[in-house]
Amino acid sequence: MTQTVQHHKEPLLRIVKRDGIARPKAYAIRIAAVLASLVVSGIFIFAITKLNPIQVYEAIFDGAFGTNRRSWVTIRDAMMLLCIGVGLAPAFKMKFWNIGAEGQILIGGVVTAGIMRAWGGDLSTPALLAVMGIVSLLCGCLWGVIPAVFKAVWNTNETLFTLMMNYVAIQITSYCVALWENPVGSNSVGIINQMTAYGHFPKVFGQAYGLNVVLVLILAVGMYIYLKYSKQGYEISVVGDSENTARYAGINVKKVTIRTMAISGAICGLAGFIEVAGVSHTISTETAGGRGFTAIIVAWLAQFNTFVMILISFLLVFLQQGAIQIASQFNLNDYASEIITGIILFFILSSEFFINYRVIVRGGKEAKGK
Amino acid sequence: MMDQLIRLLQSSICFGTVIMYGAIGEILTEKSGNLNLGVPGIMYLGGISGLAASFFYEFNNPNPSAIVCLLVSFLAAFAASALGGLLYSFLTITLRANQNVTGLTLTIFGGGVANFFGGSLNTMAGGVGQISVAATSAAYRATIPALSGLGLPGKLFFSYGFMVYLAIVVAVVLHWFLNHTRQGLNLRAVGENPATADAAGINVIRNKYLATCIGAGISGMGGLYYTMDYIKGTWASDGTIESLGWLAVALVIFATWRSVNAIWGSYLFGFLFWAYLIIPNLGRKDIELFKMLPYLVTIAVLIFISLRKKRENHPPASLGLSYFREER
Repeated sequence: MTQTVQHHKEPLLRIVKRDGIARPKAYAIRIAAVLASLVVSGIFIFAITKLNPIQVYEAIFDGAFGTNRRSWVTIRDAMMLLCIGVGLAPAFKMKFWNIGAEGQILIGGVVTAGIMRAWGGDLSTPALLAVMGIVSLLCGCLWGVIPAVFKAVWNTNETLFTLMMNYVAIQITSYCVALWENPVGSNSVGIINQMTAYGHFPKVFGQAYGLNVVLVLILAVGMYIYLKYSKQGYEISVVGDSENTARYAGINVKKVTIRTMAISGAICGLAGFIEVAGVSHTISTETAGGRGFTAIIVAWLAQFNTFVMILISFLLVFLQQGAIQIASQFNLNDYASEIITGIILFFILSSEFFINYRVIVRGGKEAKGK
Repeated sequence: MMDQLIRLLQSSICFGTVIMYGAIGEILTEKSGNLNLGVPGIMYLGGISGLAASFFYEFNNPNPSAIVCLLVSFLAAFAASALGGLLYSFLTITLRANQNVTGLTLTIFGGGVANFFGGSLNTMAGGVGQISVAATSAAYRATIPALSGLGLPGKLFFSYGFMVYLAIVVAVVLHWFLNHTRQGLNLRAVGENPATADAAGINVIRNKYLATCIGAGISGMGGLYYTMDYIKGTWASDGTIESLGWLAVALVIFATWRSVNAIWGSYLFGFLFWAYLIIPNLGRKDIELFKMLPYLVTIAVLIFISLRKKRENHPPASLGLSYFREER
């Protein structure tokens, strides 16, 4: 029998799942992805502004950290993004697709603005802040719990339910904006309590946004501990990995689902409070500004590690601020920052593939080694 | 009152057409097992590239021909949207990235690209003020005078641009394709159980790529119709396309993955959205509350479908999962 079987030609590229990857190598791949995205963003900016590449990065850096004020804006926005990401982390770890953060933020923001307007002079600012914080927390919680209950009891699709809740919240916000319009006809609420600053965050450590940083960092550390070291955090990760395993282990999946979404919604509601009382002091349908969606990607890419989330938030906000600065220099609009956010996220998403899989080239070293 | 009612129905049909395109494309995509949450982004891409293409054509030709206007913008919109779908496919099918996250990223990216160029194209080309493509928009909104002048039926059925009718045709063709052709059956098999389809000799990867890219192309038409017809060839960075895109995603569920249901479903959504037109004495704030209706109805439908648990109403079984042959 000398006849040989006709061989199928081996494909040019073959993909194999990795058994595991050394941590430094995984980080090297991620860093390479970030660098590649910076290069592509640089090319994009170069193409429309004709700044040379070095100038592009200088301008980005200048936009994000050029002055003391800009640095604080960068820190403030990164903290907001982080706060929402921290809120979303438990839900997504449970594989509950809460894409309703926008709505949860808005509803928290609306009640904050409402209370700030109504009781501005009646309560002292600390008491007012406490009331606003608690009410926004409860409202965000409610906004998260409604879809969770339906998911838990009837297995209603949570992705679309939470999404639709966003628009309900947006319309409620538009209604309130029309109701509280100031001045009449401007179609905006204006700065609430502009003269008196009732219910605005006080300065902490001499910084206007000091309290934002403190609050969000407490939340981030708390969430890290909750997810990693508490029994409830463990239950969340079991439910996220496999509902059947969770059931077998005696975990009440319905209870965990509703409880986790209550926490997730509450923190997003609180993010709305921080945004209104601590940053903008006004309310509009743009208060959440798409960050509810961006934060999902922040949480997902960090694999729900809140410390990694700090890094990703800063990276995104750094580039956004840089892009906004360049756009205003060249009389272009701010949406350039969203393009750049998209580019970075696409690159980081693709990098996950190279962490989980290996590509073997036909005739290469590895293919021959077998 | 009669006039108001006709206006309402007309508005509903125009509004419905935008989301019908989005939903039909997404139905095709989801039948292959890909849940593309990038529909709003893709509609943005379709809208802006159609607008940009006809803008450059009109900008360079003082006497633009209507046919060229149509062709240029139509092809550009389809190509750009399909490219958006290709990007999504490459990330989720080849690189196996998470579908939801990739889709959301595509929405952010598409919105960024569209609003950026929509706001600054005219400035970059050295013009002043808002971008506007009057000739192309007129071509999109052209009606047949003999039919549209037929009184009441003319107003109700024949007063729209051709894309309104095209949407219905596409919906019917897609229904026929999915349920009465071999390729349609293969595609559905891929969406239900890719491993089995693969074993039966169906090229899973190719089916997924094709369905997602063509689906994205169709979704993008919604954006094109919106810019050319609905807002008459201009650009508005007010986020309307995004909210319509999400409604399109919701409409897929409302239509229980059947494209013919999307026809009346989309008009119903439009009717609910504009219902405040016929309610007398509404203040501006009350209108905002009324605009909540389509979303509330979608929520009700979601709950209703989950309560009924009928098998035909369920999404494709492998929706949202990536397929890797060696992982079984």
